[in-house]
Amino acid sequence: MAKTQVSFNLNGQDVDVLVEARELLIHVLREQLQLTGSHIGCETSHCGACTVDVNGQSIKSCTMLAVQAQGATVMTVEGLAAGGELHPLQQAFMDEHGLQCGFCTPGMLMRGYRFLQENPNPSEEEIRSGMAGNLCRCTGYQNIIKSIQTAAAALNANTGSQAE
Amino acid sequence: MSAAPETVERQEQLQGIGCSRKRKEDPRFIQGKGLYVDDVKLPGMLCGEVVRSPFAHAKIVSINKEKALALPGVHAVITAEDLKPLGLHWMPTLAGDTQAVLADEKVCFQMQEVAMVIADDRYIAADGAELVEVEYEQLPALVDPHKAMDANAPIIREDLVGKDEAGQGKRTHNNHIFTWDVGDKDATDRAFEKAEVTVREEILNPRVHPSPMETCGCVASFDKVNGSLTVHITSQAPHIVRTVVTLLSGIPESKVRIISPDIGGGFGNKVGVYPGYVCAIVSSIVLGRPVKWIESRIDNLSSTAFARDYHGVGELAADKDGRITALRFHALADHGAFNAHAQPTKWPAGLFSICTGSYDIPVAYARVDGVYTNKAPGGVAYRCSFRVTEAVYLIERMIDVLAQKLDIDKAEIRRRNFIRADQFPYQSALGWEYDSGNYAPALEKVLEACDYEGLRKEQAEKRARGELMGIGLCTFTEIVGAGPSKACDVLGVGMFDSCEIRVHPTGSAIARMGTITQGQGHETTYAQIIATELGLSSDDIQIEEGDTDTAPYGLGTYGSRSTPVGGAATAMAARTIRAKAQKIAAHLLEVSPEDVEWDVDRFHVKGNPDAAKTMKEVAWAAYNNVPEGMEMGLESVNYYDPPNFTYPFGIYLCVVDIDRHTGETSVRRFYALDDCGTRINPMIIDGQIHGGLNEAFAVAMGQLISFDEDGNLQGNTLMDYFIPTFVETPHWETDYTVTPSPHHPLGAKGVAESPHVGGIPCFSNAVVDAFAHKGVTHIDMPHTAFNVWKTIHELGLDS
Repeated sequence: MAKTQVSFNLNGQDVDVLVEARELLIHVLREQLQLTGSHIGCETSHCGACTVDVNGQSIKSCTMLAVQAQGATVMTVEGLAAGGELHPLQQAFMDEHGLQCGFCTPGMLMRGYRFLQENPNPSEEEIRSGMAGNLCRCTGYQNIIKSIQTAAAALNANTGSQAE
Repeated sequence: MSAAPETVERQEQLQGIGCSRKRKEDPRFIQGKGLYVDDVKLPGMLCGEVVRSPFAHAKIVSINKEKALALPGVHAVITAEDLKPLGLHWMPTLAGDTQAVLADEKVCFQMQEVAMVIADDRYIAADGAELVEVEYEQLPALVDPHKAMDANAPIIREDLVGKDEAGQGKRTHNNHIFTWDVGDKDATDRAFEKAEVTVREEILNPRVHPSPMETCGCVASFDKVNGSLTVHITSQAPHIVRTVVTLLSGIPESKVRIISPDIGGGFGNKVGVYPGYVCAIVSSIVLGRPVKWIESRIDNLSSTAFARDYHGVGELAADKDGRITALRFHALADHGAFNAHAQPTKWPAGLFSICTGSYDIPVAYARVDGVYTNKAPGGVAYRCSFRVTEAVYLIERMIDVLAQKLDIDKAEIRRRNFIRADQFPYQSALGWEYDSGNYAPALEKVLEACDYEGLRKEQAEKRARGELMGIGLCTFTEIVGAGPSKACDVLGVGMFDSCEIRVHPTGSAIARMGTITQGQGHETTYAQIIATELGLSSDDIQIEEGDTDTAPYGLGTYGSRSTPVGGAATAMAARTIRAKAQKIAAHLLEVSPEDVEWDVDRFHVKGNPDAAKTMKEVAWAAYNNVPEGMEMGLESVNYYDPPNFTYPFGIYLCVVDIDRHTGETSVRRFYALDDCGTRINPMIIDGQIHGGLNEAFAVAMGQLISFDEDGNLQGNTLMDYFIPTFVETPHWETDYTVTPSPHHPLGAKGVAESPHVGGIPCFSNAVVDAFAHKGVTHIDMPHTAFNVWKTIHELGLDS
């Protein structure tokens, strides 16, 4: 099948890939670009295990064609830690026991990353509705909510100290 | 006398038993560095896609592979005809039955595996699967298990016609699999005849699916040069898989390597051996290249390992004060087209006989009949020990039914029937020896914490106003930690588990286990056990599981058996090492071994704490300076065969408010007190309880795998199948008491499944309780808004 060249920015690096028009972004990320952090859980956009950040939006990469990423800025869980430092969300998930089997975690982190930019001071209710597109079977969500609250506090403290 | 601050500090540095240390597995998962089966990519790897049946019951007239084989990139299409010469078109199940690997002349359930296409990548494999032409001749389908043994019922298993047994005892009809019973039937019948009060209720545990976030899959890689096979697989029991692969393929077990890498949740879905695995393995052997097979979510919900489908009838006999005098339970078990449940082999109904629950019931009789239907095979333990959810659901619903009949409060009737603390170890009427328990104080603790009396008052006021509020109680006992090899085996292998510990010269250690974590945090919990037993920091203890080439043989992780069995093996292996270390320490201190004593992380001379050798110093000496005649090194392996099961218990309370116009149930409060004996990591325990409660909520409130009368699945994606999101999921409150197991080396009992087992009846009891004043004694799950509204509407409460 004919292949198309697609160029985009992935975790801060420009990448070029040759893909079939029908190939899904999740498969290209995982199989061609070897970034296996994002997972496939349902193929129908329900579970959110494949959530990545595309042009400042949370996207379920199992229902986006790779060719649609042309020119985009894409971030996956592998790009979350900067300069060897864990992102406050990653640290909070570890501190608050916000993960168990780890399969949904990359998607949760990427949705949390965007959500906290959309709403830096969320209430529990707002976290529940803002994260509702990501499913977890292990945690009962409670410690993920705590993780996001803890990360929000840490991010806000950072922002505060930078502003001073 | 409390320990000196210096001792406490040394204890805390170990981060051992009882501390909520952070998980050792988390750094890789939060950075996207986990290694799950679908992440495995081997040179030259091909992909398999299964061709599945659109019909629930049909003859296969012909299969035409030509178009698929003509597609560039397709390497092979395998069918039962191809597997026949190898004797692999059928495989044994863990339940003593056989299952078609690929449909042999007929299909027996919708989405059954008919062929596998092997191609360069998953896209071409999917294209190839579309091109395989299968001609079917449809047969009448049998969906309702109650009709399975009718005289004119369609025969599902032609291969068993004329056989009076299917691996689990006598059968009396072509669609009958087994009858299993336990207890004194005559004495029970007599107790019912003379009872002051009896109650009877038909109670369904509907067909559901564990549906972990990661589906099932494998990468099989056969090395033709040295004749060895490596399989990365989503398995909760990799060692048993290795034995099964050897039995099926004839490859020596020493040349079969099964690797369960990181597993994205199991919940019972990943215990069995599935046709997809076998096809990938055979394809790799034939083609000489690695072959990957990964289920889609639709495949997962349709074909691998449903749970429950138990159609129960519960009966209790009691005196007029509500004291239960006898129990009689029956269940019709729908096992689907092949008997592929995953219980210990000799237990066709698992541990269903725990159905007398937390109550002192003098006489009981339970019976289960298993039947075939045109549905997917399974009957696995979805986040529970074998059939324990079904058993606990029955007794916990029935005691409420009895309370309503006698107009006794639902907490009070439990008080009157509890096994008393002084009765342990307790012999149940159905043959179990409960190791320990202390139910009554735990119940009072929960009632007080939730202001039960206040809730009942509020409910009475609301009822007077026509509002619907329900209070659910569940006071359950589980049976986990299978199990003593005299009682339990899988295909003849006793259900022990194992741990091998090596302490390195500089005082760090590695332990390898026969179990396999799927999110439970084994890498942390086992390290904490070793830390306390050996006085080494849990930071320095590495836990490895899942690779059969390196780990000692074990039966895996399911039925809450890891801490009861694997955790016991860990403690015992560590104790053997400590005993040797004591001799080395005495040698270094130039005293006799009985003159030194253990002190957190060191041995010191009795009466002289300053004359001490730390475990780190002993580890170094173990490799250069041991007593004369002693072998060098510091390691041990233990295969632990538990003397009994463990019996964790819990007291749960749930408060629901139901909208009488929409039927929507809102969970106002869920309070869970669990007693799992000794608590190793309270943070992990709480996490396990949250997760188990959420899966209980899923089952009680929405999950259902349903079929139309032709056997068509009605919904097999996450669009239709209920997985609670952040929004529906209630807030969980947890609490605990500690009643150690007397026979476990650490007193630990296992915990992760209790919240699922106890949670489901608690939700149902709350929903039914909302209607109790209208004479409602039972409503079947799932309690969706529509189903609850139907009850409301029938009672005329919405007008």
